[in-house]
Amino acid sequence: MSEAVLDFTRRLRGDRGWWVAGVMILLAFVYPFIVEPLQDLPLIGDFVPRTGSMVVMVVFTMMAVGLNVVVGYAGLLDLGYVAFYAAGAYTAGWLASLQFEDVSFHFGSTAPDNQPGIHVSMWLVLLLAGAFTLVVGILIGLPTLRLRGDYLAIVTLGFGEIIPQVVRNADEEGLGFDLTNGTFGIAPIDSLGVGSFVFRNESNRDDLYYWAAIGLLLLTVFCCVRLRDSRLGRAWIAIREDETAAAAMGVPLMRTKTWSYAIGAFFGGVAGAFYASYKAGAFPADFFFNISIFLLCMVILGGMGSIWGVLLGGMILGYLNIEGLATIGSKIQEGGVDFDPTKYQFGIYGVIIVVMMLFRPTGLIPERRHKIELAEGVHDTPFYDVQTEGALTDRNPSDD
Amino acid sequence: MSTAAAALTRVRGSSLIDAIGLLLLAAIVLWFALKFFQDPTRFLNVAIIGATNGAIYGLVALGYTLVYGILQLINFAHGDVFALSGLVASTMIVSVFGLDTETGVLVVILGLLATLAVTMPLFAIVNASIERVAYKPLRSAPRLAALITAVGMSFIVQNVALGLYGVDFESVPNFIPRTAAISIGEVEIQWNKIAIFLIVVPVLLLLTWFVRSTRQGKAMRAVAQDPEASAMMGIDVNRTISVTFVIAGSLAAAAGLVYLLQFNIRYDTGFELGLIAFTAAVLGGIGNLTGAVLGAMLIGMVQAFNEGLDGTPGGDWTRSIVFAILIAVLVFRPQGILGERTPEGA
Repeated sequence: MSEAVLDFTRRLRGDRGWWVAGVMILLAFVYPFIVEPLQDLPLIGDFVPRTGSMVVMVVFTMMAVGLNVVVGYAGLLDLGYVAFYAAGAYTAGWLASLQFEDVSFHFGSTAPDNQPGIHVSMWLVLLLAGAFTLVVGILIGLPTLRLRGDYLAIVTLGFGEIIPQVVRNADEEGLGFDLTNGTFGIAPIDSLGVGSFVFRNESNRDDLYYWAAIGLLLLTVFCCVRLRDSRLGRAWIAIREDETAAAAMGVPLMRTKTWSYAIGAFFGGVAGAFYASYKAGAFPADFFFNISIFLLCMVILGGMGSIWGVLLGGMILGYLNIEGLATIGSKIQEGGVDFDPTKYQFGIYGVIIVVMMLFRPTGLIPERRHKIELAEGVHDTPFYDVQTEGALTDRNPSDD
Repeated sequence: MSTAAAALTRVRGSSLIDAIGLLLLAAIVLWFALKFFQDPTRFLNVAIIGATNGAIYGLVALGYTLVYGILQLINFAHGDVFALSGLVASTMIVSVFGLDTETGVLVVILGLLATLAVTMPLFAIVNASIERVAYKPLRSAPRLAALITAVGMSFIVQNVALGLYGVDFESVPNFIPRTAAISIGEVEIQWNKIAIFLIVVPVLLLLTWFVRSTRQGKAMRAVAQDPEASAMMGIDVNRTISVTFVIAGSLAAAAGLVYLLQFNIRYDTGFELGLIAFTAAVLGGIGNLTGAVLGAMLIGMVQAFNEGLDGTPGGDWTRSIVFAILIAVLVFRPQGILGERTPEGA
């Protein structure tokens, strides 16, 4: 194919990308209006998620997009993303609830003025939670990011286990100072809203939260796409493809990796705070290792490094997690088979991970560049190199 | 000039990290010494618990370190294979052999040996099959791909255990009495702890003999050092890797049985214990067999002291402490106490 034809197909694909994106965004925003007619449809109606479930799906997808920055772009395996989710949720708990009763501080909050505790506007809390989590990400990243890939994975896993346990134990008894209210968690956490218009008190609260979630997700996706194409993002991808070569070309490894970690953490924190506000609480039982794997599974299913892929993977798995498996399970049980797929949900995610890695390691919607990398086998140290390494060939400079 | 300056800061940086690490170590040793002199009896009793747990962790840690030494893969599924083997062992003991508190000593010994004779080969095959199905196709893929697959396998094995045994804890009757076998003053060693050591020590000796003195063990060491060169020397690399997984699987099965003698087990026991064991392997120096056992002993002790002595954070924090140790080791001394023995680490 000549260069001109190649260029044209690339443009066409790009245009279609925006066209599809426009329709998807529109559909996403009108979803609360069309959900009821959809649920009345025969056969598939039962499988259409409620708006409330959609909120959770969107929040988890947002975390997956954040995790994708670390795993997909920079190629650092993070098995402890749940730590950031927890950090974000608890920031919301500290800054927008009755947790610190001795202090009374209000700032643009929807909570009644006479309520004790710190109440900062929830919108601001989202940002602050992101910022706090970003700092946590940097603090975790600085000592650990020099480690080899698999050691890094295990250390992130370690932090992912430590932070939830700290959260569970940091009460009067464990710490001598009630930071997180122990196993009971912090509740209630303030609602989103503007002035006297409090989302939680409205009759269509799920719809309002849903629109806010979609807005946040769009913002996240926008940031991630812009970041990926930025100097920093290109440095991430260079590190993912070949760390040594990237360092030789003058990419500062530590700083670049730490940024990917911190930015991934930021989105996890925002999503965590948002979810805490929606659920009206931050409970330690929500934060466990399997969440990290669940998010990783979204990224792998969709395609590491591919925004479209991660969105798809996130929505599919989010749906299965919150409603899908239960619906499918009840259908199976109606058919007379006693099998409950929700009980085995993590086994199902395990199967998805293994099957994807074995048969389609680039995911459902592969990122083109990543596909080339895997095909050539030049990225990272090969797992077990008895064969010769793939030859370096010219790469397509453009990426999805 | 600038390179010299850079090298200098690097040296300074690492010596600073070393100094902090040594200080931490000194503080910990001092604290232990203090605790020992405060209450020697209690200290020793707790230490015995720690050593027993350490022995169990050691068996599991060896499985991690063997596989890591040869493939540089953290086989996350190993801990879950261990838990599943323990569950199967409980079925064997309770339902098949029917051991209980009334059973005679000889029958108990025969029953335990028979259980091992069933579970060790069974889980050797299970572990080798996992390698064949999930890891072998990924040999030339990026390392992270295999690592992610291992996490997936871990969940699959765990859910197989969940499907077979449900969420309840399985236990075996106290057919080995938990009364003191040896007591010096108030320091006691119970029979079931002795039984654990009676299983663990021969297994370790057997493993050492196998790796040191047999042809296959030599092949394993060669492949761990340099897979390419060993392939050129006529060693069947695939076979050697399979053998490694077979050994790791049977070690996990042995660990599953001894775990039952002390604790109850359920489908997700393997996840946390696997992480502890992996930490032990890293602490000792990954790929290093002696290191794995040493690291496991240390972790077992740390855990027991944390849960059994006063003035410690207590059981609620055990997991955090173990992981803090893991992180500290990786930051301050990534090669572990005895040094790692892997192709890239050597």
